[in-house]
Amino acid sequence: MIMRLTINGEKKEVAPESMTVTELLKHQGVEIPDMVSVQVNGGFVERDAFDSSILKEGDEVDFLYFMGGGCFA
Amino acid sequence: MEMCKSVYEKIIEHARRETPLEACGYLGGKGKTVIEAYCLTNIDQSREHFSFDPKEQFNAVLTMRSKKQLAVAVYHSHPVTPARPSQEDIRLAFDPEIINVIVSLAAQEPEVNAFRIVKGDVTEEPLVVIEGLCEEPENRERRNGT
Repeated sequence: MIMRLTINGEKKEVAPESMTVTELLKHQGVEIPDMVSVQVNGGFVERDAFDSSILKEGDEVDFLYFMGGGCFA
Repeated sequence: MEMCKSVYEKIIEHARRETPLEACGYLGGKGKTVIEAYCLTNIDQSREHFSFDPKEQFNAVLTMRSKKQLAVAVYHSHPVTPARPSQEDIRLAFDPEIINVIVSLAAQEPEVNAFRIVKGDVTEEPLVVIEGLCEEPENRERRNGT
């Protein structure tokens, strides 16, 4: 079975039909999940809830990498 | 990477407005052509560091999406240091797809350079500033008959 999600604005089909946010990030090639912010259906998911947040058919998931830096050497 | 002159001027103006703090934001466009700057808040409010506000970051990306733009690059300023990535910039570059633009105000004339940073490897990305209208590449090609 597959699950249809909208991931960063693009409709995609993923397998299996049930997965957590952490599993989806891994599926999408995110190597350091702690360095992304995630919204599901427009609401932020706290990082410590990535493992327990289960995605369902039709969810809209957006994830963005942390953006930061500095000018010190 | 191509950048419209109005965007180039806008990010320099943003850097000057925020100095002595670092300024930051997204650069939206298509392919490697930047047509719009999205000035964001540096939540660190620091002279030496910046972080995007996640809520503003999502809003900017959704706005870009609604305009059929992509986040081509992120930019930030170095108020008193050169326009090249610091160790901190390299350490915190997690998105391999995005170009990093740095605006330096260290010299009398601002300097703007672009880099791709992938797993600690820094490659300079040639930056071409386009004079004239700020428009999507396909519109420019259509107007020029190319």
